[in-house]
This record gives sequence, structure tokens and C-alpha cells, in this order.
Amino acid sequence: MNTTALITMVLAQGIVTCFAVYFFYKVLTIKPKQEPDSFSENDNDELVHKKD
Amino acid sequence: MSIKSDSWGSRVGLILAMAGNAVGLGNFLRFPVQAVQNGGGAFIIPYLICFLVMGIPLLFIEWSSGRYGGRFGNHSTPYILDSMSKNRIWKYIGVFGIFTNVAVASYYCYIESWTMSYVYHSIVGTFNGMSQAETAGFFNSYVDIKQSTTGIPYEAVVFYILCLLINTYILSKGLKGIEKVAKIGMPLLILFGVVLAVRGLTLGTSGASDIFPDANAWDGLNFLWTPQFDSLTNPKVWLAAAGQIFFTLSVGMGTIHCYAAYLDSKDDVALNSVSAGFMNEFVEVVLGSMIVIPIAAGYLGLDWVIQNAGFGMAFQTMPYLFQQWGGMIAIFAGVFWFGLLFFAGITSSLAMGTPWIGFMRDEFGWSNNKGAWSFGALALTMGLPTVFFYNEGLFDQYDYWAGTVSLVIFAFLETILFSYIFGIKKGWAEINLGADIKIPGIYKYIILIVTPALLGWVLISSIPDMIDRVKDADTHNKEWFTDAYYAENFESTGLKTAKVEEVSENYIKLSFENEKKVFDKVTEKIKIVSFMDTKEYNFDSEKNQKATVNVGDVISPKTKIAKGEFINNTFYKFLGRMLLLSLFAFISIVVARAYNKRVKEGRN
Repeated sequence: MNTTALITMVLAQGIVTCFAVYFFYKVLTIKPKQEPDSFSENDNDELVHKKD
Repeated sequence: MSIKSDSWGSRVGLILAMAGNAVGLGNFLRFPVQAVQNGGGAFIIPYLICFLVMGIPLLFIEWSSGRYGGRFGNHSTPYILDSMSKNRIWKYIGVFGIFTNVAVASYYCYIESWTMSYVYHSIVGTFNGMSQAETAGFFNSYVDIKQSTTGIPYEAVVFYILCLLINTYILSKGLKGIEKVAKIGMPLLILFGVVLAVRGLTLGTSGASDIFPDANAWDGLNFLWTPQFDSLTNPKVWLAAAGQIFFTLSVGMGTIHCYAAYLDSKDDVALNSVSAGFMNEFVEVVLGSMIVIPIAAGYLGLDWVIQNAGFGMAFQTMPYLFQQWGGMIAIFAGVFWFGLLFFAGITSSLAMGTPWIGFMRDEFGWSNNKGAWSFGALALTMGLPTVFFYNEGLFDQYDYWAGTVSLVIFAFLETILFSYIFGIKKGWAEINLGADIKIPGIYKYIILIVTPALLGWVLISSIPDMIDRVKDADTHNKEWFTDAYYAENFESTGLKTAKVEEVSENYIKLSFENEKKVFDKVTEKIKIVSFMDTKEYNFDSEKNQKATVNVGDVISPKTKIAKGEFINNTFYKFLGRMLLLSLFAFISIVVARAYNKRVKEGRN
């Protein structure tokens, strides 16, 4: 591969990958909003807290 | 008021489902082909700019509109748009958001069924020892429903129905079913994609052969990634880039609205939408660019890729290339490639079922099961003609009018609604409501000015092509039923003549001067070279079709070359357009009935 192409590819793919990872990481780590929310899998969380 | 009867299991599940909706076959096939056809490296800069100024704003608009409509118990575009404006017309514009999905799902499932079938053929070793021409021929036999490659009669139809049944069954399980498929399908898709991309990246010159001694995978990557800044002033490249962003994100379809309608008003849409959007871009820019083009260039050479890049490469070329890897690796590569395409396809086609199901539940109280099976029946009714008349051009009509034009029209109108009727002030507040990230303020003005202007430009630029399609400008055989067949254009200008080389009663072979694009390695630019091309016509003796030209005749386009009974493709294309119009009318009637029901119940 020529150098210009390599730099363009690495830059474009690097930027896209970094943003994709950064935003998905934020989704995974951001504190969930207080129940009730619209997601059903954590519906028991409130009950657990109440028991505590 | 209708009740919210379905919900997402988790935020990650929602994002994977949204990303799965966006990631489709186009990420692996349309993107690299568009890049190749628009100057390679010249394409990526306009593409990324269009993603920022058109893609992301449209994601914001659709996610926030959907969540807003969901607050009023509306889970599909007719009443989502209706809730944003007092004008009754918007619910009928919202018909696009159901129509597009039913129509696209009907033919998209056909492509999806090819991937299923090709996984099977890869495992049983059908492609072992096939030449490139034989592999391409296999695909042509497959889509000719009269032929069978497995011994199963009407094999293509059987796989199509099976694929539609799988989709319908999963849809009948509601959002949880879709979420489960996305949670399994997306990681597998990325895994398969990474394996194949690594192969594409490391192939180098090892695939060169006696037939293609100059084959080099690096040439493909060089061509894709060498920036050509002079092309930035070419409006065609920008138009293609805007179009690709549009289709890759699945905006203008109504599926994003539908998925987002199941969110609560305090749930974030800002971070969710950019996360799903960038996940799609990762699959497209990183994985999509490193599979088809470098692998094909590695075995067949860059010039072959430039001349033949197209959707068909996935099925007509890739199985042959995988065979060069030999034995078990070829089987795994086939399973990975077609498995990847299958997961990309099914996560999108499942999304297409949800607007109809949501609408029928909201308005007529239909259960998820009833909604899903009625969607399956509707898609089957609309889809079977595309299976039976694939070679007659009916499939392409669906792809053009439902899968292209419809999206642009709807996206343009919804952007106008959001920015100017609902109002940018309210709209901006809606996007930022519950947001987990701070959106740069400039996006308010981009949504107000740049996005509608770009969409309007894409729409207006497409009008001449739409007129040509309706007028069947691409053929000289315009009559539906006729007793004569005329020569089509031999090359793109339609000005050159051809010489008759061979003739039998039902066969004609013509030769003519054509032009092709080749890559000049010295200047690193594409140049045009002339070459002698050939074209063949086969006629059906059962319909008394007979050639009327002689060897040595020089003929121009529109010259009569055969007589007999002919049903031209224009008939099937017209049939396709009428079927789509009927579907639009049918859904409009359903929406009108829902409106009357709401009025009677005092819900409007």
C-alpha cells in the first residue's frame, strides 16, 4: 500500500472506531436512570433496593 | 388511548437492535461498490461529511420523533407524525413509514434467502472446483426458478418462504425476540467480518495466478483509500456519498421511529442514536471496506474489480474466491461470509416488520402474533412476484421505488415537519430531553438548514432518473406484447453500431467497440481504454421467436433483430410499479379506517 492511502485508511478507520468504542463504552458505563424506566430487564432492581 | 404492550429488555439490547437495523447487506456490498464507482479515495471524505451533517441529524430527528410519538401511545409513523402536527395530511405521509418496510421486506427477504441457501451450498461443497464463470452461472441458475441446484423443485421459492417464516416467527415473539437475535447476530457478524477483513488485509499478492498475474489485494486498498481531492468538487460524488449515508443508516424508513417509540420520555436518545450510528459506521468503513474489494483485487486484479464491481459480486464471485483458499478454510470462509450477510440481513428485515405490527396493535388492538403473521402474509404476497420475475426486472422496480425513492421523499418531509412545523425549538428540546451527552449547539442549525437542503438536493437530483424509469428510457422494447424485438443500446452512449458475428434461428452474437475503465498505476488515476465487446441474444423457439439478421450485418440500436411473440420486461416493470401503488393505497385505506375509528371512539 502507498503511504497516503495507508494514512487515510488508518485515520478514517481509527476515527470511526474510536467514536464507536467511546459512545458504546459510555452507554455501558453511564449510570442507569431511576426506575421505572422503559427497559424491562432491570425491573427487579427497585425491589432489590427496597429490600435492602 | 392505546396501551404500551411491549418494551425493550435493556439499553444495550436496544442499541444492538438499532445498529442491526442499520447494518445490512449494503454495508458490505453497496458501500465498497459506491466507493469504487466514485473514484475510490475521493469518496470517503464526502461520505464522512455527509454522515456528520445528514446522517447524525436524521438519527436525532427520527429517534426523538419516535420517542415523542410513543408518549401518546403511537408506535408507527402515521400517528407519530400526526402527533407532531395538527394537519391531518401528516398521518398519510406517515404511510410511507409502513409502506416502505412492507415493500422492502418483501424483496429483501429474497436476498436474505440467497444467503441462507449459499451457507448450505458452502457447507456441502457445491462450489468445489467451479470456475469463475461456473460460479456466476450457478447464481443465474438459482434465480431462474425453473431450475434447481439442489434437486428441490422451486428451490429459490422454498428458501424464500423459509426465510420469511423465520422472520415472522421471531417477530411474533415481539421486541424481546428481535433483541435476542440482535444480541446474538451483531457480535457474530462483527466476528465473521473481522476474520474475513484480516484475510483481505493480509492477502497481498499471494492470490495472483496465471490468468490474473497482476492481482494484488493492496491495489484494491490503495484504490479505495488514496484521497483524490480534485473529486471533492464533483457533485456526483457528493450525491453518491449522501445517498450511501442515507441507505446505510436505514433512515427515512420509519423503523427507527418505531423502535424509539418504546422508550420513555426521560430515556436518552442523543447518546443512543450516535452510538448505534457509529456502530453502523464501524461495520461499514472498517469491515465493509476490507472484505470484498481487497479479496477480489487479490485474485482477479483491480481492473476486473473496477469493471465488475456490483451487488452480484457477493454471490457470483466471492464463492469462487473462497475456493482458492482450499478445503476446510473455503467452507469456513463461505459460512462466515454468507452467515455475516444473513445476520446483517435478518436484523434489518426484522425491524421492517415492527411498524406494521405496532400500527395494527395501536389502532385495532391486534396481538403481536396476529400482527406478525399478517405482516408475513403481506410480505409474501408482495414478494412472490419479485421471486418469479426477478430476471424480468420486477425486483429492481421494488428496489428503486420502495427502497430508494420512497426513503428520500419521506426523510425530506419528516425533516421539514420536525424543523419547521413541529418547530426546531421544540424539536431541539425533545432531542436534548434526558440526553446523556451534550450535543454541540451547531447541530440545531444543521438540522434547520443543512439537512433539509441536502435532502432536497438529493430528491431534486433524482427526479430526472424517476421520469426516465417511468418512461422506460433504458430500453427500445417498450411495448408490452409485441411481434418484434429491437436491439438495445450496445454501450452507454447508444450511438455506436454493432456487427453480427454469429446467427442461428434462436441466437445472435454481436461485436461492438466499447470502453472500459482501467487503473493506471503510474498516475494512480483511472483511464478509459477501448476494447471489442460482445453481446448475445437468446430467443425462445416455443414462442416462434426467430432472428431476422444475417452474419456481417451492421446494425444500430433500435434495429429489428428478431420476430415472434414477445412479452417485454416493460410489462413486468409496470406490474411492479402497480403492485407498489396498490400497497400504498391499501395502507392508506387502513390508516383512514384507523382515523375513522379514533373519531368514533373520541380519541382524535
